Amino acid sequence: MSSLMKKTNLNSKLNSSNKKTEVENPFYDPSLQKRHAHARRFKYFTMGSIIFAISFLVFFLGDMIVKGMPAFQQSYMLIDVTYNEKTIDSTRKAIDKKYRRIVSRAWLRDIPAMVEQDPSLMNTTQTSWVLVNHQVDQYMKGHYYKIKDKYLQTIKEKQAAGELELHFNTIFFTQGDSKIPENSGIKSAIIGSILTLIVTMVVAFPLGVMTAVYLEEFAHDNYWTQFIEVNINNLAAIPSILFGLLGLAVFINLFGVPRSSPLVGGLTLALMTLPIVIVSARAALRSVPDSIRQAGYGLGLTKIQVVQDHVLPLAFPGIMTGSIIGLSQAMGETAPLIIIGMIAFIPDSPDSIFQAATVMPAQIFTWAGMPERAYVERTAAGIMVLLSILISLNALAIYLRKKFEVNW
Amino acid sequence: MANTTKDKMTSQKEKSEENLKVKIRDLNLYYGDNHALHAINMDLYKNKITALIGPSGCGKSTFLRCLNRMNDLIRSVRVDGQVIIDEKNIYDKDVDEVAVRKRVGMVFQQPNPFPKSIYENVAYAPLKHGLIKKGHYCDDLVEKSLIQAGLWNEVKDKLKEPGTSLSGGQQQRLCIARTIAVQPDVILMDEPTSALDPISTEKIEALMLELKEKYTIIIVTHNMQQAGRVADYTAFFHLGDLIEYDETETIFINPTEKKTEDYITGRYG
Repeated sequence: MSSLMKKTNLNSKLNSSNKKTEVENPFYDPSLQKRHAHARRFKYFTMGSIIFAISFLVFFLGDMIVKGMPAFQQSYMLIDVTYNEKTIDSTRKAIDKKYRRIVSRAWLRDIPAMVEQDPSLMNTTQTSWVLVNHQVDQYMKGHYYKIKDKYLQTIKEKQAAGELELHFNTIFFTQGDSKIPENSGIKSAIIGSILTLIVTMVVAFPLGVMTAVYLEEFAHDNYWTQFIEVNINNLAAIPSILFGLLGLAVFINLFGVPRSSPLVGGLTLALMTLPIVIVSARAALRSVPDSIRQAGYGLGLTKIQVVQDHVLPLAFPGIMTGSIIGLSQAMGETAPLIIIGMIAFIPDSPDSIFQAATVMPAQIFTWAGMPERAYVERTAAGIMVLLSILISLNALAIYLRKKFEVNW
Repeated sequence: MANTTKDKMTSQKEKSEENLKVKIRDLNLYYGDNHALHAINMDLYKNKITALIGPSGCGKSTFLRCLNRMNDLIRSVRVDGQVIIDEKNIYDKDVDEVAVRKRVGMVFQQPNPFPKSIYENVAYAPLKHGLIKKGHYCDDLVEKSLIQAGLWNEVKDKLKEPGTSLSGGQQQRLCIARTIAVQPDVILMDEPTSALDPISTEKIEALMLELKEKYTIIIVTHNMQQAGRVADYTAFFHLGDLIEYDETETIFINPTEKKTEDYITGRYG
């Protein structure tokens, strides 16, 4: 005891002799400065990575918007159009010779249809806004263009007279794909996506939720269920193109489902979405407190009454969220659709799930591969449409979760 | 030790054979390989409150859950022996566990009302059991059950509000009302007041004393004063054995076993 006392005395003496002038700080720790510096450095690194990610996102979105915005406008020219027997027979004669290389082929092609729709046009000459071709459109938007000088002269005159203008591009939302850039739109891809996703949800949602309910509420924990569980988790990580091969082998070759149709696309994407729905539904079911089940069983309810009336309603917001996220992932999926023929030039909108169709990411992919300059802006605009639909789906997921969440 | 317990039991049996509600004979319970309850023999009396006390992990909750076959929900559990309610062993092959739980209701430690309205909380199970039809009779049953649980005056104007919006004590009384609504014979309570404040606890205890007129109540409690206040009989469990079971007064004032005395005087627990 006494030796210990001596030691402490000695220590304090040593300390005081070392720092005679300074006021003793009992909290002084020389290693602290270094530790704080380390923490600060770590904080900067983490912030740095976030800034890095955000700047990429901003660059990508900015680039997409700058490139895609022009696609929402299209050039139209005010000229005289003559409708009679001769011009219906040979549509290029409907307009003045000097405009023939300026006006869109697609617009001229539609003249007989226009007359058929409105017979009063027959044998008249109308002054109307006419769609011009993509080179002139690119010139109007200040992009690279290839136009012969004599036409350029006409174009400049028209522009100066205010008879060549950019209007809102309704064609982009009302037409399907086309080999004529100014006539191509995303409508058939949107309809294809919607039909495909309906098939996906109708198949994946009930199957997935039922599987999750079985595994969480009914199955006993044994080698079988563990085997199934591991495989479901692995399914979520399988390269999506393999699902396309599976779809080709099973749905098209074995069951003879029509190729390129939203039905086969939806079934294939359902296979892909299924593990996501199952995993999220299981997590949602697991998060329902066990006390609710106990309460139900304690009242003499059967298993199905407890699950159906008490557990599932509580798990529902979580299941919905997971399913919508799976759905939006399926919506952006391209790879499996290559193999089942949905990535192709399909100009017409499908009327049913059995007709050939394409989907939005497939349309973007097709446009990105086109040589004409005018498809660049359409590619970017297509991405903008796809992204805004995806973001609204995710917003819907958040809204549903908040709305149906039960407060405890 | 086992002998003395048995002797006591025989004397009690002679005392009131016709008042027996539940007879437990050689009840053993295993969690996998773990032998959790050792040959329990016990008689529970009609319209009495029996308290089960003992240190944590002594098997009192497990024992309670044997009485309405809640342990069947745990896969690793194996039970042998007999629990005879009204002359029928509930572990017989021809007995459905769901039917057992209807007649032997349960109230849990944490108040666990369904996240539905107060009305639906009470009416749900009777409707599912087909005891009543929707409408007038259902309203009557809800009112009757809530009155019995001493909650009616507090909630009669807000039956449509969620059960979870009530305070903890009110929630627990709602759970009791929900249990009564199924019209059980026996009510099991697993530490019903351990999550509640003293005032709510007092209300629940008063309620228990009222309810024992109609039901047989078995309560697990950590709180020995509570056992002393409400229970007619008290059983002391230790490490899966029923050490001593007698009238509450005897257990608290003049216990036979050294272990019981040590636990009650607070030497361990």
